[in-house]
Amino acid sequence: MDILSYFNYWVVMALMMLGFYIVIARGNLVKKLIGLNIFQTSVFILYISAGNVYDGAAPILAEGVEAYSNPLPHVLILTAIVVGIATTSVGLALVMRIYESYGTVEESEILEQDEAC
Amino acid sequence: MEIFVDVVLLSMLVATAVALILVRGLMASIMLTSIYGLLSASFFVTMDAVDVAFTEAAVGAGVAPLLLLMTVALVGRREERTVSRHALVPLLLVTMTGALLIVGTLDMPPFGSADAPANQHVSPRYLQHTEAEIGIPNVVTAVLASYRAYDTLGEALVIFTAGVAVILILVPGDGRGTAQATLPDPISGDRQGIVHVVSKILIPFVLLFALYVQFHGDYGPGGGFQAGVIFASAFILYGLLCGLPAVVRVIPPTVVEVLAALGVLLYAVTGVLSLLGGKNFLDYSVLASDPVTGQHIGIIVIELGVGICVASVIIRIYYAFAAHLDRQRV
Repeated sequence: MDILSYFNYWVVMALMMLGFYIVIARGNLVKKLIGLNIFQTSVFILYISAGNVYDGAAPILAEGVEAYSNPLPHVLILTAIVVGIATTSVGLALVMRIYESYGTVEESEILEQDEAC
Repeated sequence: MEIFVDVVLLSMLVATAVALILVRGLMASIMLTSIYGLLSASFFVTMDAVDVAFTEAAVGAGVAPLLLLMTVALVGRREERTVSRHALVPLLLVTMTGALLIVGTLDMPPFGSADAPANQHVSPRYLQHTEAEIGIPNVVTAVLASYRAYDTLGEALVIFTAGVAVILILVPGDGRGTAQATLPDPISGDRQGIVHVVSKILIPFVLLFALYVQFHGDYGPGGGFQAGVIFASAFILYGLLCGLPAVVRVIPPTVVEVLAALGVLLYAVTGVLSLLGGKNFLDYSVLASDPVTGQHIGIIVIELGVGICVASVIIRIYYAFAAHLDRQRV
């Protein structure tokens, strides 16, 4: 088994888990969103890696090119990136409002205030 | 050689992600996020995904860190060092999930194989028929704007909805349609600084480049999504340099909101036109006597709709964030 032929997938899993770890182990809401961002990008890398064809060219038709990479994952991911920034900004907007109400973006302090109520 | 670049870039991505876990403080985290975005954009180039790289470079390295920075400007860069009794639980959970996922990858076809299931079925059809059916060289644009135009309409709607959500969350009820900053002029430093002078010269070229990306998307990497983000970043750059009031004078929030809706409308109306012409929704062949010319017109129109929608939504999100920040600072 060639290690290099699975390297991309393993990196994807590593990045996914690193992002996941930030989301569940860090208490700061902005940091959690950054972790979610890492997780999201790892999925992008998985799709693009799966669509790559060895010795293939970018999927823009040209004379004398035989093999192209798979265009379909590219379409899915390029729209997903822009959708991702739009949804991330919704999350950041919520963080700003939480800060206004609680005066903090640390999960533990927010929970303390909730329990004190 | 390509595999070597691939391995190096991926290792750097992992290193950046590990650094993000180790580092405390949001400012450093955001800088690492920006680096991460730039690295993944470079990775997409080596994977022949030029359109994706374009988008990721603008979004991941530019707009995302900017919005994060604006949030941190409000909430502060402090990051608590949480000491939890259950510190090992997340680590255990992540290790186990990761191990299971890696076992799962062993069943996947080797990286780069042309006969992998993901590269069969519809993709060869797209590659073989694009030239005859759509008549444009960029297959990614052909799939995005014609073969799978339904999906893209859905995604444009999601972006529009996210923009509406940000407005609902951040803009106070009495200030709808406005983004007037309460501070007279946030920039008090010298206006002849090198950043100021250089950036002001750059802005027209950024706008011009966005238009090129928009209308050359049929032939090279580019299209509405990328152009929209680049176009918006020119306005954001101007806002950062001269303050919110200055950029609001150029294009008022109400206009941006109307444009965002118009972009989606332009897309949907094209679909309705093809219905009226007796074809399926978003089948552009009715738009001209020759089906291939119809496809050309359809793709240009809906890409324009996407570009207008994306640019307006991102500019509006920037307005909402910046105005909110100014209000809180007063």
